[in-house]
Amino acid sequence: MSPPVAALSPTRTVRNDRTLALREFHPFEAFGARFLYMVPSAGIFRLDSTGAAILDALAAGPCEPDALVESLSGEYEIDRILETIHELTEIRAIGDPSAPKEQVPNDLPPADFPLNTMVLNVTNKCNLACTYCYEYGEDKIVDTRYGKQPKFMSEETAEESVDFLLAESKGQQVARLTFFGGETLLNFPVLQKTVAYARRRAQEQGKRVEFSFTTNATLLRPDIIQWLADNQIGVTISIDGPKAVQDGLRVFSNGRGSYDVVLPKIKELLQVHRSRPIGARVTLTQKHLNVLEIFRHLTQEVGFWEVGLAPVTTQDHRDYAITPEGKDEMLRQFEQLAWEWLECALRDEHHGFSNARDTIEEIHKGVSKAYGCGAGLGLMGVATDGNVSLCHRFAGSPEHTLGHVSSGVDRVKQQSFLVDHHIAAKTDCHTCWARPICSGGCYHEAHVRYGDSSHANLHYCTWVRSWTHTCLEIYGALAEKNPKFLERFDA
Amino acid sequence: MKHLKPINQKAVRIEAYVAREAASTSAPERDVVGLRRPPHEQTGPHFPLGCSLVFSPGWEVDSDGGTAGLCQPVERDIFDCHLSCFWPAHVPDQLNHALDWTGKCASAQKDWRNLDLIFP
Repeated sequence: MSPPVAALSPTRTVRNDRTLALREFHPFEAFGARFLYMVPSAGIFRLDSTGAAILDALAAGPCEPDALVESLSGEYEIDRILETIHELTEIRAIGDPSAPKEQVPNDLPPADFPLNTMVLNVTNKCNLACTYCYEYGEDKIVDTRYGKQPKFMSEETAEESVDFLLAESKGQQVARLTFFGGETLLNFPVLQKTVAYARRRAQEQGKRVEFSFTTNATLLRPDIIQWLADNQIGVTISIDGPKAVQDGLRVFSNGRGSYDVVLPKIKELLQVHRSRPIGARVTLTQKHLNVLEIFRHLTQEVGFWEVGLAPVTTQDHRDYAITPEGKDEMLRQFEQLAWEWLECALRDEHHGFSNARDTIEEIHKGVSKAYGCGAGLGLMGVATDGNVSLCHRFAGSPEHTLGHVSSGVDRVKQQSFLVDHHIAAKTDCHTCWARPICSGGCYHEAHVRYGDSSHANLHYCTWVRSWTHTCLEIYGALAEKNPKFLERFDA
Repeated sequence: MKHLKPINQKAVRIEAYVAREAASTSAPERDVVGLRRPPHEQTGPHFPLGCSLVFSPGWEVDSDGGTAGLCQPVERDIFDCHLSCFWPAHVPDQLNHALDWTGKCASAQKDWRNLDLIFP
């Protein structure tokens, strides 16, 4: 049994029998101010000069509280030092070095966790033949050509899916339905009917459904655009950048580039559809890594409200796979865009770099994830035959099927997925400070890369840490100079 | 907090939690308890070290559902509780009536099957 606690006063109690040492956090600075990103809670605290001095002193090694106070007492009042030690202990920035290391908690989500978003693959057919496609390219995991998957989702299956979503969204007032493909617009009639059906069913149950869809824009027509605008459907366009970039890998099956086909259609869409912001989703490859050029083209010349970029998911030996040097270059440009995003945010202006916006929002909320994403839990994908899978990228993969929209989710399978993919099982991640925000990353990326969706995406570790650190600095800068801007993430 | 400023939403919640815990522990429990962690850091219900106040099977697991966090090996409920605990365990009285109850059980982990029933 330890000796009793040395009570200095009820509000500041420091155990004198314990040595103090640094615990787990990630420090960062902005405009000269020093911050702590706490791991794994993801809380962010700003240090005053006393706190900074205490952490600097402990950075040299563990220290007795008395010795620590003595070493700093020339500079700061003793009461102030004791109070700060107490506060740093309370937030677990410092503590007893011999205390057992905190285990990564392994509590699973509650069994009645609602389904928030359902991604409906209304077709797995596509009129483009993009070289890097995960559905048809060399890394495909679903046999879309010779398998038993129907090419198009039937109206009945789509309606069953809507009922499934509304039932599985449980007590939630709003459910989100995303249409995906293949090329989604190849099955536009079912899309239209499903939206009408979902609206009616949701209304009967006192709920609301929000719709969005992703398209390559080749099949947009004035009547479709008008329908999208009238129905307030969120639209994401898959596009890779200027003509040279887009025509490199986003091609028709005869090899012809798609830029000239999609550009006028996208411009019309942006002009007519004003009820929801329209975003571009870019796949980056080793062939075209000029992130800045792509971003400027899509925002300034084409007119997208926001642009999100993601490196291609593929194996290392493909010629479009991004090399380690390519990743460094991509990161450098991401960070440059992120600093531009900050410049705009400091002036309360919009900047369309959604990668920065998304990460800053997660930092602001202090998310600490048990899973890389909501797949298989709050988000599920539905294949054309109605099979429910982890997400749209796994739709149709028997190995990753969790059930069927008619019979519901196989809870035993889902439970085993949740156990295998929990951060507690990803021991590689347990010493990483960026785990609250990364949590091992995308399951599909891991599956393609390691043949195992529960594997941590170790090939992105350095990248994720550097990117997260930059976003923390940007967040700190906003907290110092324009904290009001952050209120827009409060919802 | 006077010297640390919570910046994001999670930090605000941590600060509120710390303040709440400080208020609730300002009148600490006056009980002799052995703890793996201080009370304010414990997640589940609090059990005293090594024994059970709840007379039911199943207490041989720790608050996380495993055995790693138990203060004593699970065999303790066979060999130790009836000697050292204030709560008499449900094992034969080896002082008066069943002196050689454990005679064939040199090691509880291996030989516990040799422990037999006692008929008065």
